[in-house]
Amino acid sequence: MTKQVHLAAHFPGVNNTTVWSDPAAGSQIDFASFRHLAETAERGTFDFFFLAEGLRLREVKGRIHDLDVVGRPESLTVLSALAAVTTHLGLAATVNSTFNEPYELAKRLATLDQLSGGRAAWNVVTSWDAFTGENFRRGGYLDKSDRYVRAQESLRIVRKLWDSWAADDLIADQVTGRFAREGAGAFADDGDHFRISGRFGLPPSPQGRPVIIQAGDSDQGREFAASGADVIFSWHGTFAAGQTFYKDVKARLAKYGRSEDSLKIMPAVTVVVGDTDADAVEKAAYIREQQVSGPTALVLAELLWGRDLSAYDPDGPLPELEPVVGSSVTQGRVGYNDPGPIVAEWRAQAEAHGWSLRETVINQQNRQTFIGSPATVAEAINRHVQEDAADGFVLVPHLTPTGLDDFVDQVVPLLRERGVFRTEYAGPTLRDQLGLRR
Amino acid sequence: MSTPESTSGGAASGRRQAVLGIEIDGAGADPGAWRGAEVDPRAILTGELAVRAVQRAEAAGIDFVTFADTLEAPTDVPGEVSVRLDALGLAARVAPVTQRIGLLPTITVTHTEPFHVQASVATLDHVSGGRGGWVADVSDSAEAAAVIGRRTPAPAAETWREARYVVDVSRRLWDSWEDDAIIRDAATGRYVDREKLHYVDFESPTFSIKGPSIVPRPPQGHPVTAVLARTPEALEAAADADVVLLPESDELVSQLSHLRRQSVTLGPAARAGLVVLASVVVRPRADGVARVVEQIENLVEAGVDGVHLRPGSLELDVPLIAGEVVPRLRDRGLIGTADRGGSLRGRLGLHKATNRYARSTR
Ligand SMILES: Cc1cc2nc3c(=O)[nH]c(=O)nc-3n(C[C@H](O)[C@H](O)[C@H](O)COP(=O)(O)O)c2cc1C
Repeated sequence: MTKQVHLAAHFPGVNNTTVWSDPAAGSQIDFASFRHLAETAERGTFDFFFLAEGLRLREVKGRIHDLDVVGRPESLTVLSALAAVTTHLGLAATVNSTFNEPYELAKRLATLDQLSGGRAAWNVVTSWDAFTGENFRRGGYLDKSDRYVRAQESLRIVRKLWDSWAADDLIADQVTGRFAREGAGAFADDGDHFRISGRFGLPPSPQGRPVIIQAGDSDQGREFAASGADVIFSWHGTFAAGQTFYKDVKARLAKYGRSEDSLKIMPAVTVVVGDTDADAVEKAAYIREQQVSGPTALVLAELLWGRDLSAYDPDGPLPELEPVVGSSVTQGRVGYNDPGPIVAEWRAQAEAHGWSLRETVINQQNRQTFIGSPATVAEAINRHVQEDAADGFVLVPHLTPTGLDDFVDQVVPLLRERGVFRTEYAGPTLRDQLGLRR
Repeated sequence: MSTPESTSGGAASGRRQAVLGIEIDGAGADPGAWRGAEVDPRAILTGELAVRAVQRAEAAGIDFVTFADTLEAPTDVPGEVSVRLDALGLAARVAPVTQRIGLLPTITVTHTEPFHVQASVATLDHVSGGRGGWVADVSDSAEAAAVIGRRTPAPAAETWREARYVVDVSRRLWDSWEDDAIIRDAATGRYVDREKLHYVDFESPTFSIKGPSIVPRPPQGHPVTAVLARTPEALEAAADADVVLLPESDELVSQLSHLRRQSVTLGPAARAGLVVLASVVVRPRADGVARVVEQIENLVEAGVDGVHLRPGSLELDVPLIAGEVVPRLRDRGLIGTADRGGSLRGRLGLHKATNRYARSTR
């Protein structure tokens, strides 16, 4: 059976993928930028538009990291505004479960779902701990394992609230004056992290409840996704890694009584489209250079080594030092659990190719997944999907906000020609696009 | 015709141009408004009813709109609406389909994280191009405490004291990025000048925040902070606001002079001005346009800077307010004819907030 490809657009943000220095790069904060990318995605009949989140500005050696894009607006507010200028595109907000209360989250997401006619999604993230916690009432307070306990409970309660209205609880009878069934929305929960009760004020939207996305990669994260997510967002965009991840996660579904098509696996990928394959390769090399300046190469190396490497020359050889495990030299991003083998691999590759530190970072951290002519890219995307390396992709453009224009104009038509991507939206809701039941 | 700037801070010199706000709450301030034949009750949930009302208000030249909200769910009172959208989400939904009107969702701060509150309001200001603000409110009910489950309900005085800290830290966080912090300096590879980003290192009795904000400084510097002074405790806290909404009562005049006195005590350096509005239910459809015009005129005579109109029915009263009441107020010189464009602060005659962290020597 031919699988259908799912596609989402990631608004470029706080990472060195975003080439803010390009003359064509626009604002990272003006609403016009968000609108352009969302309208492009909707023109391309994408499943959803995705916003990441970070709750504290990242630091390197105790100072705010200043080389990548810094700062962004708050997701749910931007997406509520986008609901006004789009009609079918799903609207996915990354929102942390550690630093939010389930009742407030349920209400804000249900509002977005109502305002958009059933297009809301929640990407449940759990990171980070004490560093981010300094911006919140409770401070830094949750261990990594506890964060997933809280995330599980948050998700369970949020769902309970969304389900607290039965289908016929909204009466809205103008004659009798009954707006809702008496007691609609009543809930109570008593878990490790929450003891709450009351009434929830919003009935289900046309899609029943918002779509759940999950982005953790650990064993715990994958179990969390298998037990309750509709979409999993991963880093495993290459073919082999994608297949391994896909197999692993889909195999976890059965024990939760779920079918394999109830969880869509959508890795983050970048795409470089050129007139010809050769053009695209050249363009891709140029983009990689822009993404990793000398100073950025050093910071990325510091993240891996867990050490201050400012004395090193990015155009010189790799540091001969051994990496430090569990260092906090950089704060506010996902670190390496075990940097040793990665450093060893970097050394081997640098030696084999005669690469400088910067060249090594450029080549080893390259996440450009699809590079080629429109036909080459369409073929590769389809192959990944048909051969179970993914169910689709979250495209992370390197340019704001025009970074997906080429893809939508040139690659989407070819996927449509192949009959593996929709020519029009399947229905009004995000669940319709993802082929998910409630 | 005087400009809004020359009427700032309620400095009463000659005839002032009154500020007009309007409230969105369900189908209108009358609990039974949703039952009218002209209303599709489900349009409350999709936001359509609100969008239509705000667009009508904007076309008439009304300065801003507030969106009612509470933390706890509405209850089962027969005949009343028992659903409510999150006001912030609704305000953001309205932003791209309006151009000039200010947008002030009600946000309760007792249980909500102050860091999230300031980021959301800053974002509303960004998505609306400098028309954002909020009505800061508290939750002192047992129901609100129970749905969050984190703290026990506290007395109003305590929750309002805390709310003042939240307003304060919000402004500090809005300042935590200087206006020109984003430099995009390709030569050095730096996107921001981190000397222009500031940790707020804020400590209150109930919370602390490191900072800086995650959102770059909003277009207005400080989005407009309003307080609905519906209790004595709220009235005390209103001294910190940019806009105070005073519910119609026998005490209106004394409350007004109390606020004016406080404003003077705080001094012009401490604040950019205080706009005090009377908040009243108006029903031109039932009471007649002429009576509503008179009602508003009397309030302005009493010394307020303007009126916050709470239409009984969005579908019936807002068209009359827009089509009949506002033009008559304009004919009488009570409100300006000029389209007061620009930011919400500009419309209200408030100066752009200076950034406490910016070094003047730069
Ligand atoms: C593809 C991907 C994207 C992520 N995006 C975010 C994000 O935008 N904000 C955030 O706070 N965490 C983000 N995370 C972090 C995860 O939510 C999770 O907390 C982190 O990966 C640690 O959990 P783990 O050990 O299960 O991977 C992302 C993770 C992945 C794999």
